[in-house]
Amino acid sequence: MDTEGADHLQGGEELMLSGLVNRFRGRGLAAHAAIADTWGAAHALARATSCETVIVGRGETAKAVNRLPLSSLRLPVDTVAGLRTLGFATVGELAATPRAPLTLRFGPEVARRLDQLFGRVAEPIDPIRPADLVEVQKSFAEPIGAPETIEKYVSRLVRQLCLELEKRGLGVRRADLIIHRVDNTLQSLRAGTAKPVRDIAWLTKLFRDRIEKIEPGFGIEKLSLAAIIAEPLIDVQSASSLIEEQVTDVTPLIDVLCNRGGQRIFRVAPVASDVPERSVHRIVPTADEDGATWPMHWPRPTRLLTRPELIEVIALLPDHPPVSFTWRGKRRRVKRADGPERIFGEWWKRGSEWTAVRDYFVIEDDSGERFWIFRSGDGVDVETGSHKWFLHGVFA
Amino acid sequence: MAYGALHEVASGGNGAVDGAAAALFIGGIAARTTGKVVWCLTRFDLFFPALAQVGLHPDRVIFVECDKEETVLASFEEALRYGGLGAVVAELVRLPMTASRRLQLAAEKSGTLGLVIRRWRRQTEASDFGMPTAAATRWRISVLPSEPLPVPGVGRVRWLAELMRVRAGEGGEFIIGACDGQGRICLSSDTADRPDQARQSFAVS
Repeated sequence: MDTEGADHLQGGEELMLSGLVNRFRGRGLAAHAAIADTWGAAHALARATSCETVIVGRGETAKAVNRLPLSSLRLPVDTVAGLRTLGFATVGELAATPRAPLTLRFGPEVARRLDQLFGRVAEPIDPIRPADLVEVQKSFAEPIGAPETIEKYVSRLVRQLCLELEKRGLGVRRADLIIHRVDNTLQSLRAGTAKPVRDIAWLTKLFRDRIEKIEPGFGIEKLSLAAIIAEPLIDVQSASSLIEEQVTDVTPLIDVLCNRGGQRIFRVAPVASDVPERSVHRIVPTADEDGATWPMHWPRPTRLLTRPELIEVIALLPDHPPVSFTWRGKRRRVKRADGPERIFGEWWKRGSEWTAVRDYFVIEDDSGERFWIFRSGDGVDVETGSHKWFLHGVFA
Repeated sequence: MAYGALHEVASGGNGAVDGAAAALFIGGIAARTTGKVVWCLTRFDLFFPALAQVGLHPDRVIFVECDKEETVLASFEEALRYGGLGAVVAELVRLPMTASRRLQLAAEKSGTLGLVIRRWRRQTEASDFGMPTAAATRWRISVLPSEPLPVPGVGRVRWLAELMRVRAGEGGEFIIGACDGQGRICLSSDTADRPDQARQSFAVS
């Protein structure tokens, strides 16, 4: 990075550099950073020193890099090995040696890298430029305000945007509609999509649903639509044998529902865990379909209580199902029962589950209602659980 | 159950609050369709392994968890209008006539199977199920004692399915065996014993 003339905005070079490194650390990345007069010196110092941040003042480069190893010179590996064989260990030693024999033996690369390190040869940084924003806009001679008119122009803008995107082979992931009103205030509508889109109807629908949220006030003088995030979208040829059933893509529906707000959209996927409340987790609706499902050996209740509810039970220990139980103030006699299905605690996740055991029973009462209950503990050893009974789910 | 129509299902008896039998019944129907299933609800307390056991694969179901009842209705309608889905399911407390007519029209237009699970917060509110709606059929699924086994244990689950209302048709009551691994229900073998059933000659002792 070329930080020339930018450090005072961040409170000086030290604060800027430590801020950068801290931000990396916040994302779980370890970073080493250095500021020096030349690209070569900063490159070498960041890799060769053990401190997280190094700052070399103006004109102090030669002193700072003197003792760095040869590998920090950005030279090919075999050249570095050759120099080591000749007895060179540090950059300082190499810089003090006459150039001619070195160039004769290793080519011009060694001298060039040394000059770049000490700043004798200019080495400009070629910046990575972000691709320019795909944006279309429409100014009106007369301010507009009617929802039908806004809708008409929004759909025109979407069509233009899609044409622009098509030229560049991009699809939009997030689009912003900026509404400039005559009283010089701005409003915005944002639409996100689950995958890159260039479909006019799809995008128009995302905005059309929320046009009513625009307050035109005294009128709108300009509309602009920008693809804030765009990703490559390649046309794919679809082959069909005309026999197989068409699979409808539901991504547009997911986008419409997601953009409306007030709801969470997800799929569920199995987790390899015997503990019922941990065996299901939510994944994004557009995640890959891997066909995984749960083991089918044991009956599972349709509704699972978020937290098992304590019940009072008359039961014979250690491994008989209850004879009767009281749940939510109602006493029920157990007519039929199945069990126990023993589930052990996951000691590899939590130390407190080292000896924990749950014995699950399926029970059916007089009226045919079926419940999933468990006893905490194996019924013999108090260490495995409190021997209290809980109701965990309701069967159909 | 016809495609392109709205069907209401509630659980009978104490199940009106948890709606477990209705959810499994509908899960079985959804499993028999092809295509994606959208399931709109306010409170996610389904335990999906049970639905997987009646043949509904988790990859097929997209859940929409909404903050309010109204959002459930709006999402339900949006999904019904979309077309091309196998089934759209909603768990609702109230289903007013106007809303149900909108939903029925949306289902008719796209030819999607619309399934409503009615469940209430309290047992006493379940009398709301008598109110008229525009749905094509109305079912009540109540749990019955399971099929007796020669050994101690819980046998195949049986339900009493009451067809309370059907457009241009007569209702009925059936004792059915619960959904199997492919979501199929069966008429229970006991059905033949009942005096109101015509197939008395098939009676088994």
